[in-house]
Amino acid sequence: MNLELLNLESVRALYIVSAVLFILTLGGLSNQESSRQGNMYGIAAMSIAIFATVFGPQVSSNYGLLIVLLLFGGSLGIILSKKVQMTEMPELVAILHSLVGLAAVLVGIVNFINPIQEYFGIEKTIHSIEVYLGIFIGMVTFSGSIIAFGKLSGKISGNPLKLPVKHYLNLIMLLIVIYYGNEFVSASDINSAITSLTVMLIISFIFGVHLVAAIGGADMPVVVSMLNSYSGWAASATGFMLSNDLLIVVGALVGSSGAILSYIMCKAMNRSFISVIAGGFGTESSVASSDTKEQGEVQAIEIEEFKTMITSSKKIAIIPGYGMAVAQAQFVVNEIISILNNKDIKVLFVIHPVAGRMPGHMNVLLAEAQIPYDIVFEMEEVNDDFDNIDLSIVIGANDIVNPSALEDPNSPIAGMPVIECWKGGHTVVMKRGMSTGYAGVENPLFFKDNTRMLFGDAKESLSQLLTLNN
Amino acid sequence: MKIGVLKEIKDNEKRVAVTPGVISKIKKLGYEIFVEHDSGIQASFYNEQYVESGAEISSKEEIYKCDLLLKINKPTHDEINKLSNNQTLISFFTPALNPELLKLCKKDNINIMSMDSVPRISRAQKMDALSSMANVAGSRAVIEAAHCFGRFFGGQITAAGKINPAKILIIGAGVAGLSAIGTASSLGAVVRAFDTRPEVKEQVESLGAQFLTVNIDEDGSSKDGYAKVMSKEFIDAEMKLFKEQAEDVDVIITTALIPGKEAPKLITQDMVELMKPGSVIVDLASQQGGNCELCQQDQIVNHGGVKIIGFTDLPSRLPSQSSELYANNLFHILDELTPDKNGEIMINMNDDVIRGMTIVRDGEITYPPPKVEVSAASKPKVEKKVIQKPSIEKKSSIIPGSLTLSLLFLVGAFAPASFMNHFTVFVLSCFIGYMVIWNVTASLHTPLMSVTNAVSSIIIIGAITQISTTDSLSLILSGLAIFIASINIFGGFAVTKRMLSMFKK
Repeated sequence: MNLELLNLESVRALYIVSAVLFILTLGGLSNQESSRQGNMYGIAAMSIAIFATVFGPQVSSNYGLLIVLLLFGGSLGIILSKKVQMTEMPELVAILHSLVGLAAVLVGIVNFINPIQEYFGIEKTIHSIEVYLGIFIGMVTFSGSIIAFGKLSGKISGNPLKLPVKHYLNLIMLLIVIYYGNEFVSASDINSAITSLTVMLIISFIFGVHLVAAIGGADMPVVVSMLNSYSGWAASATGFMLSNDLLIVVGALVGSSGAILSYIMCKAMNRSFISVIAGGFGTESSVASSDTKEQGEVQAIEIEEFKTMITSSKKIAIIPGYGMAVAQAQFVVNEIISILNNKDIKVLFVIHPVAGRMPGHMNVLLAEAQIPYDIVFEMEEVNDDFDNIDLSIVIGANDIVNPSALEDPNSPIAGMPVIECWKGGHTVVMKRGMSTGYAGVENPLFFKDNTRMLFGDAKESLSQLLTLNN
Repeated sequence: MKIGVLKEIKDNEKRVAVTPGVISKIKKLGYEIFVEHDSGIQASFYNEQYVESGAEISSKEEIYKCDLLLKINKPTHDEINKLSNNQTLISFFTPALNPELLKLCKKDNINIMSMDSVPRISRAQKMDALSSMANVAGSRAVIEAAHCFGRFFGGQITAAGKINPAKILIIGAGVAGLSAIGTASSLGAVVRAFDTRPEVKEQVESLGAQFLTVNIDEDGSSKDGYAKVMSKEFIDAEMKLFKEQAEDVDVIITTALIPGKEAPKLITQDMVELMKPGSVIVDLASQQGGNCELCQQDQIVNHGGVKIIGFTDLPSRLPSQSSELYANNLFHILDELTPDKNGEIMINMNDDVIRGMTIVRDGEITYPPPKVEVSAASKPKVEKKVIQKPSIEKKSSIIPGSLTLSLLFLVGAFAPASFMNHFTVFVLSCFIGYMVIWNVTASLHTPLMSVTNAVSSIIIIGAITQISTTDSLSLILSGLAIFIASINIFGGFAVTKRMLSMFKK
């Protein structure tokens, strides 16, 4: 059976259409209205690309198997996407990244054992480098994403793994990879090439594991977007290896997208990319907390007092953090908002770029609870406006509302932009206890005169607010 | 442990130390509470309300059997005589001004904690009843002034003509002064305020008042958080300013106090005579001799049409409010005293606040306490710190830029044409990606990641082109690649769709 309906030229033409549609997909995400259309473009682009490839000249047999695998994998994917809770999005994204990485490794290996065409001279060298690099990036993405998944889902401890010589370890592993890369490229026979490839596979697996294991929980948004970027580069490298421009284009789009996200996240924490990769916050904080003086005392409040504070406010800012996701409190929050709106109290949300465990995590959770996105604001939009806000409610956030980031040059989070809620009327911090955030830094906000602490499970406390109506 | 709330016996005192609202909170600390019959009646807190919130109503004799006694005004000789065996009393005391009363307390292992000796450190603010009462007094002072003043405070334009707003000068911007500023400006008056401590300017202005200054550089703040005595030049300049203001303003409210000293005389007789008839002066310092020369304690003096109010019981004139605030302060003190929430007080002399308050411990006088440095006074230091904000890292982009450029050049010089074609496509796509992604709004970053994740599964194309092979290993591997990539494609797009459909206006 041969379903070779399209010639090479029409396949190319369809690839161009597909590439343009992929660009439109990303462009569509620039605002909420066009984003759904963007996603449709993406689906169309992917369908065209697969269609063109399947019915193009490069596929001549095994159609049945191909379709079965596509449908089987596809239905598994759809089941997965239906089942996943919005709070688990970071885990899902991480595990999906690992699949891209693994696919890149597999495609690379197949290309190595069964190359489509023969290369000679410098072209052969370049091709070998492409294969080697593609497999390497794929493998690092794969193992890194698996560790990220483990950390995000709590299967592995979120604390950074601190090996004493970790930087040297990384360096040594990279040097080994480069050495065997050279061996691989100049290998005269297939056996020595296989040896180099095997060593590299093992080392890059360990490298990916170690890279992510060394990064702490608060830096997870950077890690997730970094892996996103790697999965793109892996696709791009595969494109070079297969001389397929569509793969190169799309891979580069995804790669730069992830890179920009990582950059935005790093900037939101005022940390350089290198320092995030080099290690978690935890390393410096022990010094800082030891010389922190007694900062005074926190003032706890009871739920009744909190209710009066709420009803006597005109404008309330809610600052959600990862704690809200953990407590699954976003739905209760929405109910409270509708009660408050009936009382003519304005509510807005302020989102810090690194709140949660992946970029934009909080926005998705709020959207899930059907909180209208026009009352959800970014940090910069509100920071200068806290004078007009009577009450800020911090739900399960800590480091992103820490004034020492601005006031204490010695603080480990110094220079990180934070939500300056203490400039408003009052702040109520809902927290389980007095523990520090992921950065392990004391938070002077808790000791401010206009701050009150409401201890306990955020969801339970919020549920008690539902009686505000009566 | 039993807590007893005594009824105030001072003349004209309408307040009560504990209100029904805090009873339940105190009970949570493990105490039993007994309230003297009809203690709160003048502050509109009735016996039934106390019973409802869990207290018991008892007679005076029963109350004196409790272990811990709470009241507001300083105890009388009689009241101290009734104290015995390990009893503790918490109330105002002003030990500096009442040395004889303090000596009486040297007996029977009793403990006295003075509400006015709470040190002025920031963590003790919630226990600082002096501040709470000053807040009430400041606000009430404005009301008393408005009551005596024959005109509106706020301006109006009416059919019958224009009404000018009243001009009010407030001297001393401490707790009482600030509260007076707030109340006066909310009544619509034009408010000016003066204080020797320049750092209160911001607070004064935030309440809508104008901050008056003299042209002499001298800082009136002291380490204990109160104002200090100023130099002669400063006082002269200050008096000149008051004189000018006296001619202009309708109401003057003075709140200037220096602890342990007689109140400074700021408004002299000739200033009073400069004021328009019908003007009002409220002297909040009248307890300590008054800021106005003509002030008399607890009286309204009429001097040539200018009324000078010297009430000392202003907090008691807002009895419900003052009682509530006092009761809250008391609760916070009890909270400090019972760290284990077991209904037993623990007078921890290592705690600055408790040490400062405790003026008699086990029948021995422990007043005055060792000095505590006040946090409010070190404020300027804090501000300096804020100025040297940690800078946001900025790195030159020239070096990586030129590196990239030379790398590109090298690649172009040595690589074969076929590679260069792909490479061109790659670089341009990176650039397109760069341009497009910056437009993505932050709130869509998660959908962006999930969609790019689906998109990066374009790698399936590679696997598909490899499936038409006869080599079984290749077939298995590329089949596996197709399988996992399709999980990713369908899963990624479906979950993105699900997410995006949630974003609603």
